[in-house]
Amino acid sequence: MSDVVLETRDLVKHFPLTQGIVFKKQIGAVRAVDGVNLELRRGETLGIVGESGCGKSTLARMLVGLETPTSGDLFVQGKNMSKVGAEERRRGRRNIQLVMQDPYTSLNPRMTVGDIIGEPFEVHPDVVPKGSRRRKVQELLELVGLNPDHINRYPHQFSGGQRQRIGIARALALNPEIILCDEPVSALDVSIQAQVINLLEKLQNELGLSYVFIAHDLSVVRHIADRVAVMYLGKIVEIGTEDEIYESPTHPYTQALLSAVPVPDPKLRGQRDQIVLVGDVPSPANPPSGCRFRTRCWKAQDICAEQEPLLQIRDKSGHPSACHFAEVRDVVHATE
Amino acid sequence: MSTDVNVKLDALPGLDPKALPLQVKNLQVEFRTRNGIAHAVNGVSFDVRAGETRAILGESGCGKSVTAQAIMGILDSPPGFVTGGEILYRGVDLLKLPESERRKVRANRIAMIFQDALSALNPVFTVGFQLGELFRKHRGMSRQDAKARSVELLDLVKIPAAKQRVNDYPHQFSGGMRQRVMIAMALALDPEVLIADEPTTALDVTVQAQIMALLAELQRERNMALVLITHDMGVVADVADRISVMYAGRVIEEAGVHEIYASPAHPYTKGLLESIPRLDLKGQELSAIKGLPPALTNIPPGCAFNPRCRYAQDVCKQDPAPALFQVSPSRTAACHFWKEVKGDE
Ligand SMILES: Nc1ncnc2c1ncn2[C@@H]1O[C@H](COP(=O)(O)OP(=O)(O)O)[C@@H](O)[C@H]1O
Ligand SMILES: Nc1ncnc2c1ncn2[C@@H]1O[C@H](COP(=O)(O)OP(=O)(O)O)[C@@H](O)[C@H]1O
Ligand code: SF4
Ligand code: SF4
Ligand SMILES: [Mg+2]
Ligand SMILES: [Mg+2]
Repeated sequence: MSDVVLETRDLVKHFPLTQGIVFKKQIGAVRAVDGVNLELRRGETLGIVGESGCGKSTLARMLVGLETPTSGDLFVQGKNMSKVGAEERRRGRRNIQLVMQDPYTSLNPRMTVGDIIGEPFEVHPDVVPKGSRRRKVQELLELVGLNPDHINRYPHQFSGGQRQRIGIARALALNPEIILCDEPVSALDVSIQAQVINLLEKLQNELGLSYVFIAHDLSVVRHIADRVAVMYLGKIVEIGTEDEIYESPTHPYTQALLSAVPVPDPKLRGQRDQIVLVGDVPSPANPPSGCRFRTRCWKAQDICAEQEPLLQIRDKSGHPSACHFAEVRDVVHATE
Repeated sequence: MSTDVNVKLDALPGLDPKALPLQVKNLQVEFRTRNGIAHAVNGVSFDVRAGETRAILGESGCGKSVTAQAIMGILDSPPGFVTGGEILYRGVDLLKLPESERRKVRANRIAMIFQDALSALNPVFTVGFQLGELFRKHRGMSRQDAKARSVELLDLVKIPAAKQRVNDYPHQFSGGMRQRVMIAMALALDPEVLIADEPTTALDVTVQAQIMALLAELQRERNMALVLITHDMGVVADVADRISVMYAGRVIEEAGVHEIYASPAHPYTKGLLESIPRLDLKGQELSAIKGLPPALTNIPPGCAFNPRCRYAQDVCKQDPAPALFQVSPSRTAACHFWKEVKGDE
């Protein structure tokens, strides 16, 4: 069996922009994800970082089958999800589960924790026989560090960190091999965040899970990820090992992102080579020509407006970067 | 900028121009709710000098925003009540001033910005109108002068094409630009103290860097006192001079930024600093603080942190809560065992 558990080829999601109410006319498209190639290997954690609006959640929703790609292919365990039959697709989907950011809104307030965690068994009744479901749910509660006796409580009776544990237990119900975490700790306080990160790492070791871990906190991603992909306006602009991305970033966007993270050490104040980017991310409905980062890039040349830089290895650092002028630059950053 | 308003403020009884621009002493705030009394602020004291940045650091629910709301007089009341303490503007206790005077000080001398700019701005008026309104109301400016001043201010906070954008509505600005508009509104009347409550929490790091740089620049130019409320230890390390760490409605440690990061004297501060992922911890467990902060309707007796504290002894479970001990001439910590905590690094 191949070591790649999840792969995308030129994955695209365009949301149509329409005008008119009765006779909808398409006047354009939000190019949320615009040609993404990724591989997730067995047992690894792939981090995805980028500013909000870059398409991270849309990508995640396509990977778990909540969103249909406009074009491109998604392979789960080597099987092309758009080519296989319904039963095979269902099994593929079962293997990938999503953990979302907001433990406050992603849980139905009127369902007990037991029903929430056990709900996936209704859709996939073959996973656990009916008689032993309650036991299974209690095992899951225990696995994520919650009291199994609290199976009949409601979400509001739990704290934010505990609710995130409920979300994780639910994602684990169908014994998936791949978990997609979309900002799983962003809404949590730092001390609670550490508890949840520790739990995710423990589960990965014990169950051999593979993670796609999306977060805007770059130091959290560095802690948990083996490899990191940097997204900008629907495209991956740089990808490499955690060390390559954090120690020798070559794309100006990655460099700017890393340099913007405040370092939790006052001794380093003023010593950072901080790149303050001007302006915001442009609209994905109308991305700049050529290199999408050029409107904010301090290195932009004429060629950047004319020719789109491909994601490829182009300098000594040995990892792919989508910049015509990719080169290593030292940035002192958060986890130094 | 000397105006008639300032002249009136100069005549405040007890005003001492040499006293600190803001000093909070033993502030107490409670919320009287159906589920009991929530003791949100339980004797908070801190001060801030002109040109200085005082960080108020703590996790959600520890009473940071309520402290700021009490200072600004915008507490949700009822159910919230200030039940004790003093809020001194240059020596004058705002809590004892007649309402009209108090409002004048708060409008002119102490300003506040929030995490959510959209809810702080009025959606139905243009940004220019809202800024202009301040100048017309508080400075008696003509419509035309007020408009010109508004454009200047938007320029000051580096909003591109300020002349055109002054006619836009809040929703037409991006998150970062909206935060700039709110900063412009806060600075319109030249306050001496700016309270910033999680001003960059909802923003991307790139935009956060822009906003923090702007705040630092404006603070420097105006020698403004800045109270920065945040849970982000990176931001604090980057900009704060002094730090007050809050837990369950109290300040549990107070010190200069270098002292606190180098050798925290309270187990909670220490736990917070240790929860941050660091490069040398890659592949290891993070050291999380166990458990959860207490409900403020039900704060445990003795030290409020004791159920989560790895240093706790029997004495910690008994009232009274530990006082703020003097760790050095310039710092305090509310822990019976601060010596051990600070010592074992
Ligand atoms: N259902 C949708 N319809 C239209 N546009 C969408 C939809 N979902 C997301 N978008 C747009 O796609 C872009 C990427 O969004 P998202 O994937 O949520 O980014 P991120 O998670 O990186 O913040 C944004 O511009 C967003 O407004
Ligand atoms: N409007 C309100 N009604 C009742 N209780 C409130 C209200 N606002 C705040 N509180 C109480 O005060 C506590 C502190 O809140 P706050 O100051 O907002 O915390 P933070 O440190 O996150 O800013 C809350 O945990 C809550 O118990
Ligand atoms: S291709 Fe040009 S505009 Fe794009 S990141 Fe590289 S230098 Fe900047
Ligand atoms: S007083 Fe006791 S419980 Fe409180 S922080 Fe100090 S050691 Fe811990
Ligand atoms: Mg998202
Ligand atoms: Mg708050």
